[in-house]
Amino acid sequence: MKLDKYLDRSLWVFHLNTGSCNGCDIEIVALLTPRYDVERFGIKLVGSPKHADVLLITGPVNRKMLPRLKLIYEQTPDPKAVIVVGTCGTSGGVFYDSYNIVGPVDKHIPVDVYVPGCPARPEGIINGVLKAWLKLERLRGLSGKEVEQKIEEVKA
Amino acid sequence: MSGGSIIIFVLKIFAALVIAIFGIVLGLFCKGIDRKLAAMMQSRVGPPIRQPFLDFFKLMIKENIVPDNAVPWIFNGAPILALVSTISILFYIPFGPIPALLGNSGDLILIAYLLAIPAIALVAGGFSSGSTYASIGAQREMVLMMSYELPLVTIIITLGWRLNLAYPGLKVFSLAALSANPIWGLVGPLGFIGALLLLFTLVIVTPAELSIVPFDIPEAETELAGGVLVEYSGRNLALFQLTNAVKMVVMAALTVALFFPYNIAPLFSLSGALASVIDTLFFFVKLIVVIFFEATFIRVAVARLKIDQASVVYLIFLSAIGLLGLLFIAMDYII
Repeated sequence: MKLDKYLDRSLWVFHLNTGSCNGCDIEIVALLTPRYDVERFGIKLVGSPKHADVLLITGPVNRKMLPRLKLIYEQTPDPKAVIVVGTCGTSGGVFYDSYNIVGPVDKHIPVDVYVPGCPARPEGIINGVLKAWLKLERLRGLSGKEVEQKIEEVKA
Repeated sequence: MSGGSIIIFVLKIFAALVIAIFGIVLGLFCKGIDRKLAAMMQSRVGPPIRQPFLDFFKLMIKENIVPDNAVPWIFNGAPILALVSTISILFYIPFGPIPALLGNSGDLILIAYLLAIPAIALVAGGFSSGSTYASIGAQREMVLMMSYELPLVTIIITLGWRLNLAYPGLKVFSLAALSANPIWGLVGPLGFIGALLLLFTLVIVTPAELSIVPFDIPEAETELAGGVLVEYSGRNLALFQLTNAVKMVVMAALTVALFFPYNIAPLFSLSGALASVIDTLFFFVKLIVVIFFEATFIRVAVARLKIDQASVVYLIFLSAIGLLGLLFIAMDYII
């Protein structure tokens, strides 16, 4: 298994709402409309994390969603990238230090790209997906085991 | 086995390989055109035509996850069975002027059975993946399969029966005979209406065979999260995508062979190699036009039905339309 150039021309995105107010989610759906049309870059919204290459996570993580968040991260097949959309997921936003919030997202799973904004603009989300390409490009040409080593290195 | 028959045997295997690869490439290409046309109908730019190839190569490098509570040999075997049975249909379908590879040993009835196998493989894969969503999807796929089978068989029976009345003693279910004597030339005005109704039936059955939008209930992305395919990832998902792409070509080629087998070369009084080249190209044009009306147009124009609505559409309305077509053609013969 080697990463190659096909990956960044065909990113399938899974959208996960971890207790967001739906503001960012509407902006994500706006990406698919004729105005922004991300399908021309091969970006497609899929219904199952098993089909996804990129996780788009919105919302501060609440207690009920935490196990699901971890499960869905693990269900996504490698190689994958994680993008947090919106201020809530990035820092907690207005819900910072709230009793029912265990976020932000990067406390629990590794995050590659942050797209701040309340809600994040669609252009910002496209830019975030481009940044995720860069991560996957760095891993290009490595085999499965080397990818794992590299991820370990970056973590350490 | 004598030397000559061994050489023919090897040549046939080689031809089968060429057809398989060609069918896959053509299928992915048609899928790309379908996505581009759908995007243009929604006034979007749309993905490049090679997008399905990129998707396929990407899926091949992804990790292949087999869920813990899945039955691995069914889970991994289903996509292969689906792809193999779909590709084997290509051996029985004539591609314009190019005759079918195994045209003498299989007919329309065999094709009808082979068309059911990918759906059965999908059901087996869905049930074996041990996910609630997948088993709901598999149940829906079964219901849908049972619903569209009757209208499909009505078309096949009617065409074969009418051809038999016109030319008794002919192998009436072989696609070569059916495309040499298209239904339009055999019947009068009343039968013409009947044939139109049959064509309409086939056009509506195709979206369910391909599981695209008005009838993509088993895969329903928004409520079933991918349905039967929900647990599939990586290589297995790529194989199912290939199956779908090849099946698109198969259904379109079947429509062309049954209802539009006409060639363009006699119009320009061409002959020899040039004629077959022109006819093959014309066949691909027909293929893409048929795909546009059978798949793209329908999927952009309407929204998804519920499973009970789809069942009613197929079992009652479409069966009625198909039988009405049969009745018209029968009356045309009697009068």
